[in-house]
Amino acid sequence: MRKTLIIARRELLGYFVSPLAYVVGAMFLAASNFWFFHRIFMPGHEASLRPLFESMAYLMVIALPLLTMRLLSDEFRSGTIELMMTAPVTDAEVVMGKFLGVTGFFLAMLATTGVPLVLMIIYGRPDAGVAVMGYLGMVLLGTTFLAVGLFASAVTEYQLVAALIAGGILSSLVFLPRAVVAYGTPVWSNLAARINLMTYFKDFSRGIFDTRGVVLLVTMTAMFLYLSVKTLESKRWR
Amino acid sequence: MPASDPAHMPLSDAKLRAAGGDMPTDEVCRTMIQVRDLTKWYGGVLAVDNISFEVAAGEVVGFLGPNGAGKSTTLRILTCYLPASSGRASIDGLDVLSDSLAVRRKIGYMPENVPLPGEMRVREYLSYRAALRDIPAHQRRAAVERAAERCWLSVPEDMTGRRLDQLSRGYRQRVGLAEVLLHEPAVLVLDEPMIGLDPTQIRSMRELITELGGDHTVILSSHILAEVEQICKSLIIIASGRIAATGTTADLRQRVTGPGRTVAEMKVTDPWQIVDAVAALDGVKKVEHSQVGSWTRLVISSDEHVDPRSAVARLAAENGYPLRELRREGASLEDFFVQITYDQSILQNRRMHA
Repeated sequence: MRKTLIIARRELLGYFVSPLAYVVGAMFLAASNFWFFHRIFMPGHEASLRPLFESMAYLMVIALPLLTMRLLSDEFRSGTIELMMTAPVTDAEVVMGKFLGVTGFFLAMLATTGVPLVLMIIYGRPDAGVAVMGYLGMVLLGTTFLAVGLFASAVTEYQLVAALIAGGILSSLVFLPRAVVAYGTPVWSNLAARINLMTYFKDFSRGIFDTRGVVLLVTMTAMFLYLSVKTLESKRWR
Repeated sequence: MPASDPAHMPLSDAKLRAAGGDMPTDEVCRTMIQVRDLTKWYGGVLAVDNISFEVAAGEVVGFLGPNGAGKSTTLRILTCYLPASSGRASIDGLDVLSDSLAVRRKIGYMPENVPLPGEMRVREYLSYRAALRDIPAHQRRAAVERAAERCWLSVPEDMTGRRLDQLSRGYRQRVGLAEVLLHEPAVLVLDEPMIGLDPTQIRSMRELITELGGDHTVILSSHILAEVEQICKSLIIIASGRIAATGTTADLRQRVTGPGRTVAEMKVTDPWQIVDAVAALDGVKKVEHSQVGSWTRLVISSDEHVDPRSAVARLAAENGYPLRELRREGASLEDFFVQITYDQSILQNRRMHA
């Protein structure tokens, strides 16, 4: 556990000196604040953060793969993976460390969206339950997205490809199901409806604590982290 | 000479120390690195073909071979980065596959081209690696300082605040070496540690590595013969994935069977006359001559096992020529290396097309 935290800390600090991370953070912040001020923060509108959370969730499909793309791909490319894998750390510790590091940065990014929340509290009476659940949903959804991104980063040495793969996987879990539900056969529609991560997230943003959503997101996160560890292990044999 | 010569012979260096040293015999002869029948396939390509060797504690061993011989692959197997296709390797009795973490704790590894994370600073990076190596927090700073000082990173000029991507090659190599020394491992594995360095840097690196022998076991790979000759007492020569030769540098030099060269300097009236006379001697293949002031310098290439020195001395005496130098140049390790790796590739081709 100690080694995991050491790696996590190093990764987190790395993000804070990474130009890309700041650009992604800034874009995320700009887009979500624009949405907030343009659509939500208007006289007469409901003091609800729900639209904000939903728009941020969609933004994350693009933003988070950009954050995770360098996690392992960069190490493969530069060769530093060799020093990582010959140090007395297990592959699982490496993956978990990187995951926790990027999650830390994600939480920092999320914290900056506290500004709209504060404004809402000053000018309106937002539902506390919705706010808390909304953030919980964001965290769960975010960690799932990050795990997918980390896995994508483990399968290739090219950062861009990692971002695209992650984006692809996330799109098929977020955007694609709606199309399948609309046009697909009953079997596929059923599956698509259940795999659509957004429906579970929307429950959170409404203030509903649905254990189905929690279980799905947590297990997906665990699954992709496991896949990342196995992919990393398999690199030794190639 | 037999092409595959698995090293079952203990390297004579260890024997010498056991004879004259003050260490108990069993400690001196302790095998630190043991490789048995190691094979590695990369897809359909055989990179390492059934090699075996042993390195005793405290040795500084040179792992020599042409590019693509399998040096890096073998070292990567030893450091637990790659698994072997078959065979075993162990460090201090611990198997690299089953006791991987324990082995990694005992090893310091410097890969070829020293990959470093560019955005970190020297001190930061060394501190991070020290943490990964289980050095407790309160000892980390001291360990980093010690390693940095030893590798000339803090003296004479303090480079510890620089970003890793701003360092020149020589300094990057020093950072790599400092990282390896942080936890004072029993075994150091250095893959081409002197590549791309200028002569001054090579000298400092050489001094450092020589100093490390004794306390640490060092295996370094290189294809720069001159450097390896100076630092390493024993060599393992690998070519085309097979061990071509092992032994001390002195032993190996003796095993070269190549044309010998004799150099003579004498004062003659007519150079051509002496050249013809020497060329007429038994076993002499070629005579080159040049003028050094008023003296004539003869470089005589002869068949192996032929020593024309006495014949040349007699010629000089008979003709009354003053003779001021007469020496035989032994074959160099380079000749040995070229010859042995050539033999190896011939054998390999024969095997492949058999």
